[in-house]
Amino acid sequence: MDTVIEARDLAKRYDNLEAVRGVSFSVQPGEIFGFLGPNGAGKSTTINILCTLALPTGGGASVAGYDVVSAPREVRRRIGLVFQDTTLDDYLTATENLRFHAELYGVPSHVIDERVHQVMDMVGLWERRTSIVRTFSGGMKRRLEIARGLLHSPRVLFLDEPTVGLDPQTRSTIWAYIQELRQRESITIFLTTHYMDEAEYCDRIAIIDHGEIVVVDTPEALKASIGKDRVELRTADDSVAIAALHEHFGLEATPSEGEVAFHVEKGEEFVPRLFAELDVPIHSVRVARPTLDDVFMSYTGRTIRDAEASGADRNRANVWVRSTRAR
Amino acid sequence: MAATDVAAVIGVREAGGGFVDDLRAVRVVWKRELIRFFRNRMRILTSLAQPVLFLFVLGTGLARMLPSGGRHVDFRTFMFPGVIAMTILFSSIFSAVSIVWDREFGFLREMMVAPVRRGAVLLGKCLGGASVATLQGIVMLVLAGLVHVPYKPTLLLTLVVEMALIAFALTAFGTLIASRMAQVESFQVVMQFFVLPMFFLSGAVFPLRGLPHWLSALTKVDPLSYAVDPMRRAIFGHLKVSASLAHTLNPGMTWNGWRLPTLFELAIVIVLGSGMLALAVVRFSKPD
Repeated sequence: MDTVIEARDLAKRYDNLEAVRGVSFSVQPGEIFGFLGPNGAGKSTTINILCTLALPTGGGASVAGYDVVSAPREVRRRIGLVFQDTTLDDYLTATENLRFHAELYGVPSHVIDERVHQVMDMVGLWERRTSIVRTFSGGMKRRLEIARGLLHSPRVLFLDEPTVGLDPQTRSTIWAYIQELRQRESITIFLTTHYMDEAEYCDRIAIIDHGEIVVVDTPEALKASIGKDRVELRTADDSVAIAALHEHFGLEATPSEGEVAFHVEKGEEFVPRLFAELDVPIHSVRVARPTLDDVFMSYTGRTIRDAEASGADRNRANVWVRSTRAR
Repeated sequence: MAATDVAAVIGVREAGGGFVDDLRAVRVVWKRELIRFFRNRMRILTSLAQPVLFLFVLGTGLARMLPSGGRHVDFRTFMFPGVIAMTILFSSIFSAVSIVWDREFGFLREMMVAPVRRGAVLLGKCLGGASVATLQGIVMLVLAGLVHVPYKPTLLLTLVVEMALIAFALTAFGTLIASRMAQVESFQVVMQFFVLPMFFLSGAVFPLRGLPHWLSALTKVDPLSYAVDPMRRAIFGHLKVSASLAHTLNPGMTWNGWRLPTLFELAIVIVLGSGMLALAVVRFSKPD
């Protein structure tokens, strides 16, 4: 088998919303493939289609060699899922949750005990196997869900925002498991994230925005493709600074979170020229090597935080109204 | 621990037959309902409080008002099958509505994405809910002696079988409602518009005889009527009462003057239950 996941012009339209607009990609066996994009970009919809939980309204996809529309049950047998929100039974013990899953996924009875032990060991929860899940912390629940997703030895493990809402330490632990997993179980991992630092762990990432894939490549290649450093300025007047940067240097600068940001080759050498030639008073300058944030920005024209903020504009307006009333 | 025979596990799994997988799914979903029931002792107690209240408080109070009630047949003996039906009704609907809880807490998704038929998951859920309701009914049955219902093995066995059938049908009905319910808050609505009317119209608290036309028509539409009557008939079959009193208190369910036989009534219950379960399966099987 050459590809594990294959999507061809996949599209999903809800009444008047085009959630996914024709995405195509393929994932190779053993790969960690990441979908990177802001909330509402179409990541979860794509994952739901691949997991046979939603039907595409256009195009098609196959997972582990089976079509997601015509052979959903075959697909389900071969995939493991870890959802964004927990899907554990809080009233059962950790072991009961896993045994439930094993029965539901047709794991042969004589290997269930051994397999449960194995996956619980892997996520470090064997000692807590008889505890009721309600007593678990968020991180423990997520680890248990990852263990559960692996229980039936899937070919592909889908992780929808696997570390959202977890503290940094737990996040790095979970990533250590994911890395280990690939080696031990030799499976393919498909994940979605809106954390840039998590995308770094992937072998390849697809940047998705407004339901379309903007680019697919390795994190390194994506960063190299920019080739420029990111410069962030704090100035007395941002709009004048943006105009001046365009006029004097031919640079396209964008306002971002109270700063002016632009990309330029050899950023450090550019700074002295900036001070000499820009008329606007400069409060601070920061030069950074390209990150995935910059990759996202250069391909979509905005930072991922801005992309998420624009979706929340209405909320912000409400906050503003409230704060003016308070005055 | 070394990575053991992962490949072997995969191989066996993919060879597995669909029907056996579905049976295992039914069993494990059923088992989960029982585990959850036995773990929640409060629920066992609180759900029995209401029937006990009806039987001994309402029943005792009403018995005083009836002129001849106290003499030959204890009014509570009359109410007993109704109160058992009530226990089954509340417990079944509560179990079924737990699907909405499952949806809210995400566990429904874990079940729905499994490589088994949705029908298997729902059947397991219904059998689980029915088992739990029957167990609660059996606990109520223990109180039979207090209201002069004899502990005769044949009677008890008949009642348990009837309870199980009724419980299954009612859980299926609840599951169908749950397929439409978005939030747990709607449970109140279900109680007000389905469960309580079903209970009051079923002949659980008053005999379905000499009623005004509109009320009589409503009682015949109520599926629970066809569940209470077989149980009452079974109990009256084991009591020593005068024919006229038996006729007053145990008039039976009639269609145009034809008294429905017990088996026919139970058949109605089973057919309705299976139909509702089938409808619920269709509802739950639609992908997004």
